[in-house]
Amino acid sequence: MLDVRGLGKVYEGSGRRVEAVRDLTFTVDAGELVCLVGPSGCGKTTLLKCVGGLLTPTAGEVLVGGRRVTGPPPDMAVVFQEYGRSLFPWMRVRENVELPLRQKKLGGARRRGLVADALESVGLTDATGAYPWQLSGGMQQRVAIARALAYEPEVLLMDEPFAAVDAQTRAELEDLVRGLWRQRGITVLFVTHDIDEAVYLGERVLILSASPTVVREQLRIDLPADRDQLHTRVAPRFAELRTHVYEQIQAAKRGTPADRPAEDLKPADRPAEDLQDPDVSEHPEP
Amino acid sequence: MSARVRNLLLRLLFAVALPAVLVVAWWFASDDSTDVYRPPLRTILGTFPDVWTGERLREDVVPSLLRLTAGYACAAVAGVALGTVIGSYRRVRAVCEPVLEFLRAVPPPVLVPVIMLFAGIGDTMKIAVIASGCVWPVLLNTVEGVRAVDSVMSETARSYGVTGIARLRHLVLRAASPQIFAGLRQALSIGIILMVISEMFAASNGLGFTVVQFQRGFAIPEMWTGILLLGLLGFALSVVFRLAERRALGWYHGLRDASRRSS
Amino acid sequence: MRGADALLGAAGLAAFLALGEAVPRLGLVDEDYFPPTGRIAGALAGELGDGAFWTALGDTLTGWAIGLAVAVAAGVLAGVLISVTPYLREATASTIEFLRPIPSVALIPLAVLLYGTGLRSVLLLVVYASFWQVLVQVLHGVQDVDPVAEETARAYGLGTWARVRHVLWPTALPYVMTGVRLAAAVALILAVTAELVIGAPGLGARIAVAQTSQAVPEMYALVVVTGLLGLLINVGARTVERRALAWHQSVRGEVAV
Repeated sequence: MLDVRGLGKVYEGSGRRVEAVRDLTFTVDAGELVCLVGPSGCGKTTLLKCVGGLLTPTAGEVLVGGRRVTGPPPDMAVVFQEYGRSLFPWMRVRENVELPLRQKKLGGARRRGLVADALESVGLTDATGAYPWQLSGGMQQRVAIARALAYEPEVLLMDEPFAAVDAQTRAELEDLVRGLWRQRGITVLFVTHDIDEAVYLGERVLILSASPTVVREQLRIDLPADRDQLHTRVAPRFAELRTHVYEQIQAAKRGTPADRPAEDLKPADRPAEDLQDPDVSEHPEP
Repeated sequence: MSARVRNLLLRLLFAVALPAVLVVAWWFASDDSTDVYRPPLRTILGTFPDVWTGERLREDVVPSLLRLTAGYACAAVAGVALGTVIGSYRRVRAVCEPVLEFLRAVPPPVLVPVIMLFAGIGDTMKIAVIASGCVWPVLLNTVEGVRAVDSVMSETARSYGVTGIARLRHLVLRAASPQIFAGLRQALSIGIILMVISEMFAASNGLGFTVVQFQRGFAIPEMWTGILLLGLLGFALSVVFRLAERRALGWYHGLRDASRRSS
Repeated sequence: MRGADALLGAAGLAAFLALGEAVPRLGLVDEDYFPPTGRIAGALAGELGDGAFWTALGDTLTGWAIGLAVAVAAGVLAGVLISVTPYLREATASTIEFLRPIPSVALIPLAVLLYGTGLRSVLLLVVYASFWQVLVQVLHGVQDVDPVAEETARAYGLGTWARVRHVLWPTALPYVMTGVRLAAAVALILAVTAELVIGAPGLGARIAVAQTSQAVPEMYALVVVTGLLGLLINVGARTVERRALAWHQSVRGEVAV
């Protein structure tokens, strides 16, 4: 569904040259939920903007449903981290969700149906007439999610969507996203800097290196499909996976090359020390 | 009496007390005035209805207001349109900035003799004077507002296919509207000044013309009523403006209060 | 980046001047109404060599400076007084809201009657218009005082005067500076207006004379001078504001953006 091939992005301006993304290749299958984690400042946002067609990459290409991305694709929706700046404060909740649909030239009845459905599925039926700034942060991000759902995208990009809300709200929103994903079968690419969140949400976690960014490791999350905050997060397997990701990210920050591939990480038989094995370095950056 | 009613009454008292005291003081202080230039308030108020009803209302007040409206509307449309173009493109802005800074700094009333050269002394001249004085604050504030459209909002609009006219209508102009209104408010007081000045300078009717005629003809109480009327007009227009602004920027005041409460 | 912008700005200015030269030369507008840039420049040079021009400039600046000084002093004093006296703010709010939007040019006939064409006429208009700019900003500024700081000051037994000096004034200062900047621009407008309409000596009166004697290039040259004066005042006021408040958060934020 989503195919990123050899993506690179170099910023140039006023004599400085910054290589934000070096060479990224990965795919996301239709209906998959993939999380991207990486050390802070590793070019996650640049990557996401290239995928979303908001930035033109300097190398490589992005394909959505087989078509090359040159501008924002019509079957893709983005949920940004800064909910306060991504919702229009001069529009009520309903109008915010509806605006993109107007641009799609949908009929009035169809638009109203989609808006009502999207707001209901994020649990905001009562807030349709409110302005975004009258709502709490978590509710505002729900509105942004509803806007994305109503757009009926094939692919949903989420750029650290819960980084700015409190912990309890965050847990609720994580469950909401996972629930909606399972219900609607959308392809989701979820960028986060929170390791627990990545492991809890994803079917697969892509670990990025420090900038200039490459994919350091792809890790399949073999947790059961039914997850909940209480039990999943205390499961031994969850702890193993998060430890592994954590170590990879620490290593990425130090700049040491990638560890052994994730396939080596057999379920529940590998103590954490093993993962730090320093002599296993036969898999450098591609 | 409940606390709320008492609170309301207290606020009403505060609002009315000082103006009432001032008017009463003026009334009694001037009551036995024999100074020709400072007639008793009683005389001024007595003259007011005779002067500003009927023909003068039709022949002077209404034309003045129409010219103000026309010039102000031209300035608003031109200022917002040009400001949007200039604000949207960084290079255009860089090219125009010094020239705009200069044009804005020219005191608007000196435009009266210049525009008289082109447009004579008719309505066109006055409308042109008002428009060319009012346009700068609107234009420059629009440039600032458009320039400062939030980058995340801008990207949101792009990724959801909100482009072109829709982007202008739903994003750029709305996001810039607080600054645009700030410019419009400055433009309003400049507009009133220019309305009066252009009529004082060269006209055969209008508020400014009439007030100066009274002064030159030593019709002192009438002149005072003219000053009062201009004052009332300025006040009334600012009230109308504030109501319009509150309607259009309700979201902005709400947003600001909300962020002030949370910080 | 900045250098490139300055270059573009210079290009824009050059294009503006060239346009002013070309449009009348090509006959797009009547040269009598809109002299080419070159002739305006010539007239400007002539003005600069004329002693009467410098006297007029001095008169305008005198009216501007005295008026501004009086307005600032009165505005600050009234603002602080209204803020520290209990209930005075509530009591004066409606009166201020009523008096502020009254156009100062409404006072022109009164000024003429009372003071003729002298400096005092100019001052009446300048002071009335600028005073409100300062006063309103001071009131805004005082409203911005952190209640915790105010209570702390009270708790430590600071008297009214000490509180004004150490708590109220520093908080209100950026607002006062903004008020002064706005007032400086308004004061110039009203000074020139008074000269133009009433005939008080100064640049405005000189423009009126040039107009009635059909000296069109000279008139344009004088308009340019008033514009440059306005520009100088704006830039100067902004610089002073930034210098004086380099430490203050609101200004730092503005610069950073």
